[in-house]
Amino acid sequence: MKLDINNRQHDVDVDPRTPLLYVLRDDLKLNAAKFGCGLGQCGACTVLVDGKPVFSCVTPLALLAGKKITTVEGLGTTDNPAPIQRAFIEEQAAQCGYCIAGMIMRAQALLLGNPHADDAEIRAWLEPNLCRCGTHMRILRAVRRAQELIKTAQTGAAG
Amino acid sequence: MLEGGTQRQAGLDMRALRFALVLCLLLAVAVGVYVFAAGPPAIDPITPPAAASFDPAVVKRGAILAAIGDCDTCHTAPGGRAFAGAVAIPTPFGTIFSTNITPDAATGIGAWSEAAFQRAMRKGVRRDGAYLYPAFPYDHFTQVSDDDNRALYAFLMTRAPVHATVPANTLSFPFNHRTVMAGWNLLFLSPGPSNVYATMDAGTARGLYLVEGLGHCGACHTPRNFLGAEKFGDALAGAEVEGWTAYALDASSPAAVPWTAAALYRYLRDGFEEHHGVARGPMAEVVANLRAAPEEDVRAIATYIAGQSTKAGAQKQASQQVAVQARRGEAVAAASADSQANRASVGSSDGGEGAVIYAAACAGCHEGPRAMPYGGIDLALSSAITGPNADNLVTIVIDGLPAVAGIRSPIMPAFGNVIDDGQVAGLAKYLRGRFTDKGSWSDIEKSVRDARGSGRAVTVSSTRMDQR
Repeated sequence: MKLDINNRQHDVDVDPRTPLLYVLRDDLKLNAAKFGCGLGQCGACTVLVDGKPVFSCVTPLALLAGKKITTVEGLGTTDNPAPIQRAFIEEQAAQCGYCIAGMIMRAQALLLGNPHADDAEIRAWLEPNLCRCGTHMRILRAVRRAQELIKTAQTGAAG
Repeated sequence: MLEGGTQRQAGLDMRALRFALVLCLLLAVAVGVYVFAAGPPAIDPITPPAAASFDPAVVKRGAILAAIGDCDTCHTAPGGRAFAGAVAIPTPFGTIFSTNITPDAATGIGAWSEAAFQRAMRKGVRRDGAYLYPAFPYDHFTQVSDDDNRALYAFLMTRAPVHATVPANTLSFPFNHRTVMAGWNLLFLSPGPSNVYATMDAGTARGLYLVEGLGHCGACHTPRNFLGAEKFGDALAGAEVEGWTAYALDASSPAAVPWTAAALYRYLRDGFEEHHGVARGPMAEVVANLRAAPEEDVRAIATYIAGQSTKAGAQKQASQQVAVQARRGEAVAAASADSQANRASVGSSDGGEGAVIYAAACAGCHEGPRAMPYGGIDLALSSAITGPNADNLVTIVIDGLPAVAGIRSPIMPAFGNVIDDGQVAGLAKYLRGRFTDKGSWSDIEKSVRDARGSGRAVTVSSTRMDQR
C-alpha cells in the first residue's frame, strides 16, 4: 500500500495489520520514533497523522490510507533544524533521549493546533508521554522556547 | 423495535395527547398552588454559623455522606472551587446549572438554617420557598434521615465559602416556571423517609437506604418518562445519561457473567472488575467518591444491587458459555482467522476491516497475558460490548481511558486521531458480532457521530477526594 510520510510517497508491501512503527523503523529506516512499551502507554513512538499525535506502535497501516504521516525526520535537518528541534537542543532537553522523538512530535502537534498554549495546557498536552530520566522541566522549557522561536523568527522552516 | 410506521405514528399521537393532558394537569396544579396556597413559605435567613459551632465528628460523618451522595460531581465544576456549582446539566427541557452549596451567605447556602436544608433534601424546596428542579435528585434524597441530613449540613456549612453566582438556567416553557414543579411533585414525589427499612434485616435496609436515598443510583440507571421522572416499575432498568449508557442493574443487566456482590464490591472499590469492565465517565466520579465510604456501606450497596440482578442468573448461562470460549490467551492470529467466519455470520463486509483493526490495535492488550488493570479486559466479558448500544464502546475507542495520577487504574490509548467514523463503526460491529451472541446494534453511526467531539469527559477514578 501507499504511505505518505514526510511529504514523500512510499510503496510498502506489508500486511495491513502491521503497526506503523514497525514499517517506519524496519522497512523505511526512519528510526526517530522509538519502540518503548508497544502498548500505546509510553509515547516514545509518537508521530503525527494529519497533524495529530498518534501512537505508531498501536496504529495499523489499515488506518493510514490517504493520510499524511510526519516523523521527526520530516521536521528539519541537522543543519537546519525546525524551531521545536532547535528549542530542544538549546534547552538540552534530552538526557538519555529515548522519549525525545515522541515528546518533540507531541509538542509539535500542540504548536500546530494551539501555538499560544499556556503552561497548564502544555503540561496537560504532554501528559501521555513518559520520560524516565526526569527531564520534564527542561522539556517544558523547550516547548515554551519553541513558541518564542516561532513567534520571533520568521525565517524559513517555521512550524 | 420493528414497529411499523403507522403504529409509530399512533404511538407519537398518544404520546402527544398524554403530554398535553399531563401538561394541563401540571399547569392546573401549579395555578392552584399559586392562587390558593402560594407555595411553601420562605424560611428566615440566618447569619452563617461559625465553623467551630459544629461537632467535628458530625462534620466528618457528613464528609463521608457527601461522598456517598456524590455531591461534588454536580456541584463542583472541573477545576473550579469545591461545591461552588455552575456545572451545566443538560436535560431534555434545557440546561440547568448546579447551585453554589458553599456557606456563602449571598450566593451559596450560608443563610440557610438546618431546617431549610432538611426541607430542600426532603421536599425539593429552596430556603426562599421556590421549588428546586429534580436535576437535584430530591426524589431520592427525600429518603435521607434527619440525622444524616444534619451531618451533611454540618459538612457543607464548614466548607470554604465561595462568593460565586451561577449562570441562569435555560429551560423551555413551562418548565422555566418553578411553580410547575408543584404539579410534578404531586405526581412523582413520594416524600420519605420510607418506613420499609424497619421491616428488613439491617444489611438489606442499609443497602436499599443508600441505593435509593443518598446514593441516588436510579438518577442515572433508571429510565425517565417524558416529564423527566423516573419510570415507576422500571427501577434500575438502565438509561442514557449525557451520552453515556448507564447499564441496567436489574434482571435485564447485560453483563456476560452475572454480577455478584463480591464482584460489584471490587468494581465500586477499584473502579474496574475483570469480568465486567471499567468505571468511566460519570461512574468514575462515583467510584472516586466511594473511596471515602466505609467498607460496610460499599458492601451493602453491592449486595443490594447484585440482589436486583440475581433473577437474571439462569438466562445468563448461555452467554456466559460464549464468554468463556473467547477467554484471554487466544492467539492474536485467531482474530483474523475468525473474521472470515464472522463476516458470514455477522452478515457484513465491514467485519473484514473491523477484524484487521481489532487484531492490530486491540488484541495486543485485550488478549495479552496481563490481567487488568495492566492488560485490557476480555472483550467477551465487557459490558461495553454486551450492552444495549455502542455509545460507551465508541466513546472509549475515540477518546481512550486517560491515566490517573497516583492511582493504579486501567488506561487505554485514544484512537480518535487516526480512526475515521466508518472505521469506528466497522470495529464496533465486528466486536459485537465476534464477542456476543446478541443481535447487532442499530445506528452505530449515530453513536459514533455523537461521541466524536462531544467533549464528554472520559475520566477514570479521579482523585477528587485529594482536592478537598
